[in-house]
Parts: sequence; C-alpha cells; structure tokens
Amino acid sequence: MLHWLWLVPAVPFAGYLVLALAGARLSRTSVASIGVGSVGLATLVACGVGLSFIYSPPVNHAYSQTLWTWISVGNFSPKIAFYLDPLSLVMTLVVTFVSFLIHLYSSAFMIDEEGYSRFFAYMNLFVGSMLTLVLADNFLLLYLGWEGVGLCSYLLIGFWYKDPINGRAARKAFIVTRIGDTAFAIGLFLLFTQLGTLQIQEVMQRAAQQWTVGSKLAVAASALLLGGAVGKSAQLPLQTWLPDAMAGPTPVSALIHAATMVTAGVYLIARAHVLFSLAPAVQLVVAIIGAATLLLAGFSALVQRDIKRVLAYSTISQIGYMFLALGVGAWSAAIFHLMTHAFFKALLFLAAGVVILAMHEEHDMFKMGGLRSRLPVTFWTFLIGAASLSALPLVTAGFYSKDLILWGAWSSPSGSTWLWVGGLVGALLTSLYTFRMVFLTFFGEVNHEVSYASDIRLRLPLIVLAVLSVVGGFVELPSTLGDRPLFSDFMGSVLPALDHVRGDTRTEFVLQIIAAVVSISGIYLAYIFFLGRRPVAEVFARSTVGTVLRRFWFGGWGFDWLYEHSFVKPFVWLVRANKDDFIDSIYDGIARLNEVFYGLLARTETGKVRWYMTGIAVGAIVAIAIAVFL
Amino acid sequence: MPALPMEHGLLLAALLFALGLLGVLVRRNVIFILMSIEIMLNAAGLAFVVAGSRWSQADGQVMFILILAVAAAEVSVGLALVLQLYRRLQTLDVDAASKMRG
Repeated sequence: MLHWLWLVPAVPFAGYLVLALAGARLSRTSVASIGVGSVGLATLVACGVGLSFIYSPPVNHAYSQTLWTWISVGNFSPKIAFYLDPLSLVMTLVVTFVSFLIHLYSSAFMIDEEGYSRFFAYMNLFVGSMLTLVLADNFLLLYLGWEGVGLCSYLLIGFWYKDPINGRAARKAFIVTRIGDTAFAIGLFLLFTQLGTLQIQEVMQRAAQQWTVGSKLAVAASALLLGGAVGKSAQLPLQTWLPDAMAGPTPVSALIHAATMVTAGVYLIARAHVLFSLAPAVQLVVAIIGAATLLLAGFSALVQRDIKRVLAYSTISQIGYMFLALGVGAWSAAIFHLMTHAFFKALLFLAAGVVILAMHEEHDMFKMGGLRSRLPVTFWTFLIGAASLSALPLVTAGFYSKDLILWGAWSSPSGSTWLWVGGLVGALLTSLYTFRMVFLTFFGEVNHEVSYASDIRLRLPLIVLAVLSVVGGFVELPSTLGDRPLFSDFMGSVLPALDHVRGDTRTEFVLQIIAAVVSISGIYLAYIFFLGRRPVAEVFARSTVGTVLRRFWFGGWGFDWLYEHSFVKPFVWLVRANKDDFIDSIYDGIARLNEVFYGLLARTETGKVRWYMTGIAVGAIVAIAIAVFL
Repeated sequence: MPALPMEHGLLLAALLFALGLLGVLVRRNVIFILMSIEIMLNAAGLAFVVAGSRWSQADGQVMFILILAVAAAEVSVGLALVLQLYRRLQTLDVDAASKMRG
C-alpha cells in the first residue's frame, strides 16, 4: 500500500479546496466533518503506509513515488515526487497524527468563531503544505511546501484580522522568516549551479563525491540552508517573530508554532545532514546557535506573564535543544526530541487553550490560580505535559529525548563540556519556568470565575497527547536503562549513528543522574519561589537588579528593540527620504504640465459663440498664411 | 462687352467675405449673424462664378447652386434654432446663451 503515499498530502489539499470554494455555504457541522475528516483520512493512510513500510521495507529503506514532471526546461526537470524513508515517515506520522488531534480540538474550540470554515480551510492547507515539505523528493518541491506553511502561518496568525495588532504580528512573522527563506533560496541556487540537480538524494551523493570536508562550497551551501532553518525554526538571531505569533488562535499556536512548522528547520538540517557533515564549521555554528537560543529563550520564558508567551519562548528553547543535537551530530536524537516535543508542547498549548477559554480570554497567569479543582482533566494533562517538558526522570518522554541530546553534547566528537553545561542550565530553566506556570495557573487561591462548555472533542486530544507524552519516550531507551534504541535503529538507514568518543556507560549514568537532579531541583525551586514562599521571589523581582533583568528578559533580550532601531527605523527613514526621487519627479512633472495646460484651455471655453468664431477665423487666417507664404 | 477682369470679381468676393465675417464677429443679434453668414456664403459663391467664367467652365455655376441649397438648408435649421433660443431666453442676444462653458 506504499503507492497510496500521494494521498497523504492530497487529501488535506482536497479538503482545503472544498472548504475554500464552498465553505461559506456549508453548515458548521459539515465544515467540521470535512476539515477534521480530511486530516483524519490522511492520518489513516499515513498509518497504513507506515505499517506497510515497517513490515515489508522497500529496497534500501526508501520508497519514491513520481507523480508527474513539474517543469521541464533544458536539463532542469523537477518532478512532483514523494520520497519516503524512515525520517520522512516519522515526520509524516507525527504531523498527521498531531494535526488530526488539533483539528478535532479546534472543531469544538472555534465553534463560536465567525470564520469557522475559513479557519479549517487554512488549517487543511497548512497540513497539506507541511506534508509536501516533509515528503518532497526534491528541494524545489520542499521549498514549495516550505513557503506554503509560511503562508498559512501568516494567514492564521492574522486570523482575527480586524485587530491591527494581529495583522502586525502576522506581517512580522512573514517578513522575518522571509529573511531566512531568501538565504535558503540562494542556497538552492548554489546547489543547482554547482551540482546540477535539486533531487535531494542526488544532491547528497554528488556533494559527498565532489566536495571535500570543509571546502568553501560546502560551507557556503550549508550556511545558506542554515539561514533558512534558523528563520523557520525561530532560532537566534531570527527568533523574534515567534512570541508575537501567539496572536493567532490557540490551536494554531499548538499546531504551527509548536508542534510542526517551526520544527521544519530541524527537519531540513537532518535531511541535508550530509552537507552539514561536509562543513564542520557550520555544524559547530548550529550547535552554538542551539545552545545560545535555548538559554536566551529559557530566561525570557521565566519572566513572562502571558501563558501563551511562556509556551512560545519554551518552544524556541526546545528547538534550541534540537539544534544543539544537530550541531553535535546526534541526528536521530534531534528528530526524537522533535517527536516528543510535538506531543507535549501541543498538549500544553491545547490545555492552555482550555484554561484561556474557561477564564474568558484571560492570558495573564497572575490573574489565574486555583484552577486545579475546577478543571481536573485539564490540570492533570497539563501536569503530564509540564513534567515531560521539564524532563522528569524515568516516567516522561521528554526525559529520554533530552537526555539523549545532553549525552550527545557531551560525548560527540564535536561536543564539549560547555555545550553540555549550556544544555544543563537550560534544563534547570525549563523545569523552573514550566512549573512556575503550573503553580501560578493551577495552584494557589481561586480568584476568577471559571466556566466553559465542556466537550469530549476538547478533552479527548488532551488525554491522547498526555498518554503519548509519557509512552512516546519508551521507543528509545538509553544503554543505562534497558538499552533498546528502537528509534535510532529505525533511523539508522538515513541518519548515521553518533560516535560516542568521550565517556563510557558509567559516565553516561553519572550524567543522567546529574540531569535528573537538575530537573527535579528546578521543579523544587519553582515550588519554593512561586508557591511556598512567594514573597522571596517578589522581593527579588522588586529589587533594582531584579527589575532590570525582568524588563530585559521580558522583552526577549532587547532583540526587538535592536532590530527596530538598526533595521526597521533606518529602512523607514530611507523610504521616506526616497519617496520623492528623480524618476517620480518626471511623472509628477508630466502631471503638473497637464494641469497647467488644462487651466489655460479651460479659460478659453467661455460659452460665447462669437469668441469661438473669432478663434476659427484667426486659425483659418494663420493656416492660409502658412500655406501661402511658407 | 469686354469681360470683367477676374481680379475685380475676386476682390469683390473678398470684400463681401470680410464684411460678412466682421458682421458675424461683432453683431450680437443672432438674426444679423445668420444674415452675415449668408453674405459670406454668397461671397464664396461669387468667387466660384468668377473663376468659372475665367476658365469658361460650368463647374463654378454648379458649385454656386450647391451653395444656394446648403444656404437654404442652413437658414431653415438656423431659424428653428433662433426660435428655440428666443423661447428659452426671451432674447436674441447670442452672448446670453453662454451656459456651456468650462
């Protein structure tokens, strides 16, 4: 049943077409059944394809399906073709499954919205584009999906377009990611001119044959691809758009800005890992970007008041972990963390959505409190998600994936103690800000009226994702705990295994203990500061240092301010200054000349017949004079 | 009887034409304007006749008959317009009919 692969992206696209063309005339029930049903069908097909891929693997663990030739110009003829290997299979399953749950949730969550069918049309278009991106056989098709998800991100951030703030956030997301996309496009031009193809597998083969390790072309190509990945995945220095992207509806934040689209950069680097292996310098940059981003975003998450912004910074930080893993060559660890992160971060966003719904659009955590008894299902699932995000040892998926990354950062040939320490501090921050959020929202005094229409469609996705946030980690057990690396083995045919050059099993065990202690102590610190002895935290927050740091971190380390003053304002100034340029003055001159002539000629039109007659007579005399004397 | 030199005839035609034109330009009464136009038409007709007699061709006289017909048509339409003008404005002053201006 592998040949049904094309249906996986095609069904959501079909759903989009139906909803876009006829959505306004359909009832809410049929809109929901088309919107959710198309993604559900895609999920079923993906599961079927996945099962058949696992039980009867094709040759070389890769299956490619060509549908038609897209463009044919000279020797450049990219195909509409899908490529299925373990990497794209895992991505497809995660994307379809999480998308399906979030669509199901949205069908209840968005029920009172005016643009119900518009919402589902965009969401289906997004899923289709994301699957195109993941399954693409060549870089051009991948780029099409890449831009498609960017477009949907823009449309959905600005879903409530009547508020100009949302439109601004949408434009910011679009423009900032565009900077990365431009680098990506230039990278593709470079690959095509140098290697003569855009088919991903051929590019990798030819690059490995033609370029030596560290050659200039390999460095340039991988650096340009990294630019695209950094923009899409909201990493330093293009991370500023993601916190503002929270202006969109909560299911959108869960699907696009946490679980799937923002991890496209990670997928891209993993997909092009051969190129990055040829450029160790760029790979080191990837690791450093990841470590720096995870720390910066962690500190910012610590001081946010808006529950969704905490989760946004947390997403940036967790993708930083994935970049760290990619940078040290722990490819499958990055994809593993991508998968577990998709589960628990989608869960956290959806649970936060229920909280916001119950609090009547209140986002400020300091106005919440005591929701534990009012929203039991939400509380327990949120707690499981938070535990998984904080990498609570042994029982959560987040522990296994984050541990693999930290172990890779320590033991890889390009790893170092510094990267490991960065990851560890990040882990402390993660559990601190996560449980700050849990304690502020669900514990303490009740100080707000809570009411919402409970619906099975809201609760079911939470429960399923909570289960996955726990059991999702058991597919990869480290050598110290059972030693069953199913996930890495499955990835083995695409992503080379990491060579652990530093440390043995005993070191790994010690490092795991340290990571576990750090995670638990972060939770304990959060308990002290935000539940047990809240005054302590408040005294620090009020001190001079505390205020400065809080302001600085709250604004995301001043990056917005920096970009506003170094790029936006000079550009706006330049545009203003250049408004009346030379070329414009030519056209303005023509317009002004016409106005003058109009004024003159209008004055001759007096309405008096005798003046007209005089004009005719004088004209005739002049004409005759010219004819006679010249 | 010796024929008149052509120059005399053309001179008369030119004088008549200029007088007619002057009448059109300076008169304000629309009836007089129409009469001045008649004079200009007849001046043109005279020029044709003189030219026809100079080259002994009948074409000049044919053109004159054509001009007479055109003048008759013009006067019938013109007088109808004059009647309309008088009904609307209670005057025959053309300068009063100056509503159509820019």
